[in-house]
Amino acid sequence: MSARAGTHTVNSRPVLSNPSPAVPGRSTRKVLSMSVTQTERPPVGADTPILTLRGIEKSFGAVHVLRGVDLDVRAGQVTALVGDNGAGKSTLIKGVAGIYGFDAGEYLFEGKPVAVHNPRDANALGIEVVYQDLALCDNLDVVHNMFLGRELTASGLLNEATMETRARETLDGLSVRTLQSVRTPVASLSGGQRQTVAIARAVLWNSKIVILDEPTAALGVAQTEQVLALVRRLADKGLAVVLISHNMNDVMQVADDIAVLYLGAMVAQVKTADVTHSQVVELITTGRATNGTKGADA
Amino acid sequence: MSATETTTEPAVAPRGPQSLGAVFEDYRARIRGGDVGALPALAGVIVLVLVFTVLSGTQFTNAFNFANLVLQGSAYAVFAMGLVFVLLLGEIDLSAGYTGGVGAAVVGKLILDQNLNWVLALIGGLLFGALVGLVIGLLVSKLGVPSFVVTLAFFLALQGVLLLMTGAGGTIPYRDSHLLAIMNKNMPLWLGWAFAGLTVIAYAALGFSRRLQRQRAGLPTPTILVWVLKSIAFAAVLIAATAYLSKERSRNVFLASLKGVPIVIVIVAGLLVVLTFLLTRTAWGRHVYAVGGNAEAARRAGINVARVKISCFMMCSMLASVGGVLLASRTNSVNPQTGGSDVLLFAVGSAVIGGTSLFGGRGRVLDGILGAVVITVIVNGMTLQGQSQGRVYMITGLVLLLAASVDAVSRRRAAASGRV
Repeated sequence: MSARAGTHTVNSRPVLSNPSPAVPGRSTRKVLSMSVTQTERPPVGADTPILTLRGIEKSFGAVHVLRGVDLDVRAGQVTALVGDNGAGKSTLIKGVAGIYGFDAGEYLFEGKPVAVHNPRDANALGIEVVYQDLALCDNLDVVHNMFLGRELTASGLLNEATMETRARETLDGLSVRTLQSVRTPVASLSGGQRQTVAIARAVLWNSKIVILDEPTAALGVAQTEQVLALVRRLADKGLAVVLISHNMNDVMQVADDIAVLYLGAMVAQVKTADVTHSQVVELITTGRATNGTKGADA
Repeated sequence: MSATETTTEPAVAPRGPQSLGAVFEDYRARIRGGDVGALPALAGVIVLVLVFTVLSGTQFTNAFNFANLVLQGSAYAVFAMGLVFVLLLGEIDLSAGYTGGVGAAVVGKLILDQNLNWVLALIGGLLFGALVGLVIGLLVSKLGVPSFVVTLAFFLALQGVLLLMTGAGGTIPYRDSHLLAIMNKNMPLWLGWAFAGLTVIAYAALGFSRRLQRQRAGLPTPTILVWVLKSIAFAAVLIAATAYLSKERSRNVFLASLKGVPIVIVIVAGLLVVLTFLLTRTAWGRHVYAVGGNAEAARRAGINVARVKISCFMMCSMLASVGGVLLASRTNSVNPQTGGSDVLLFAVGSAVIGGTSLFGGRGRVLDGILGAVVITVIVNGMTLQGQSQGRVYMITGLVLLLAASVDAVSRRRAAASGRV
């Protein structure tokens, strides 16, 4: 890591320059230093984030859920979004996906401000969300599920051959080897295989950002490995992946970037290589990190 | 740090034609996984036919009774085919029987009072069915009233409508020769054979073209032997049935000759083909299965769930109208009991016995026909045995219970095999 941690430069993150009561002032310095690592990182390829959120605010009535949240999501990287229950992860993601709008803040896609009012707008931009419950139809097979609601037709009739071919191509492209047949009903698939189908459906439509909500929460050890490998491959193929997870091991293993939400504020977005497991946990639970960053002298 | 793997193995290795053994193995795996399909119904038909053949001998197996079976069962089959659409959603339509009765009454009245042509009258009956289905569908999908309650209300109300329509006379006579012909006339022998021949050719051609399509797309294709065997089996069944129906079955040939394929078979077969096509080859059909399997997933996939539900209720009620006309054609009139008493229950029973799940998401149009065959064989065979109506109902109830249990158990198996 070429970036120098500990170099004190002015950080433009509004949440850090105006610490809210939720983020105690004494934590600012350390958090700052980590943010600097992020902001000073030399450009790697096309480093302009594909998705940029700045100063996002969202309230539900009297409850202030998101307080000036910033987030950068880059193509070819896995950005983990972590935070305790109630930190605002779901709210942030649902806003990105267009399920509800943000009250204030900038929503930039590929550097340009965009207006996302409903899920269809987000889909049109190339943003797909894989929700925790996957939203698969058990009684339909893999191909049918992947094309659900967007079936390919030829003169009004379902074009099964083309759909099956494209489904296979997508799965092959993701190097999925766990599916015996794409004509198996989803009911007879394991949890990991279902997750694979849901992810494959999300990337089938040339999407640019795939947001995964707790993809490994219900999986066993071997299946978790499979899904994490798949998540990594998505990023390696050039997609931007946002991974929401409670599992620190998963996050440390697969993420390039970790964004930590604490009580509705983004307390840090750091390179995974620059932090330790316990620092991330500390950020999640207290909103600040006490130790120097791991990558400080790297 | 990352779990990157650069494997380039394809998802499915072998892409040549699947052997007969592999196809059979796939099929067995599906059954063990809880997808029993038509097997219970087919086994039921075979067992029942054997039992009644032993008990009643030629009284049951003669050509006259065979044709009688077809006529008895066809109306149930049409009602059941309609109900399959509603059951696929995981909903129920208790009003289908009386919708059919009133639909038949509408057709009769249009001919009798308005002097309408029989075709226009039939269209009127279908429109009535569509209207009933639309209202039920709107109440269920937009207002969120459970279909059980909505259709129970329609069951009661339409019963009243039918009573008022038949009026003091008690019946609305059917006199139009075309409508009466449906249940009372047979096709000329040559036409019956031509119909059977064309159906066999169409079946084989369709199977072959689908095979060719998959092969061209480079998808795994079962060996050609599967197609050959399927086509031969289909042809054998159809030819045997046609030959049997072409036999003279009149008890007194000098009084009136009675032979040939009943006209109603063409209607039922036509409906089977068209509806199966709609359900399996169009996006709408796929959406019906999706809504029945997981309505929330369907909604998130951008499917208009309400519209799919309404269309299924409309389909069910329109087919009920057709079924009502078949019932009226058989009895030459509409009476306050047309579509009443056991019609609806036998129709729901038929769909379930045929393999359509009451939980939604699983079923085929063919199930309605298979189940109707089972129920008709029970009713017909037991009546020939001189059994009382009470016993017939009891046995039918038991068979339905058995079918529903098979459905529940196979569903559990499917769920269990889903978490390997």
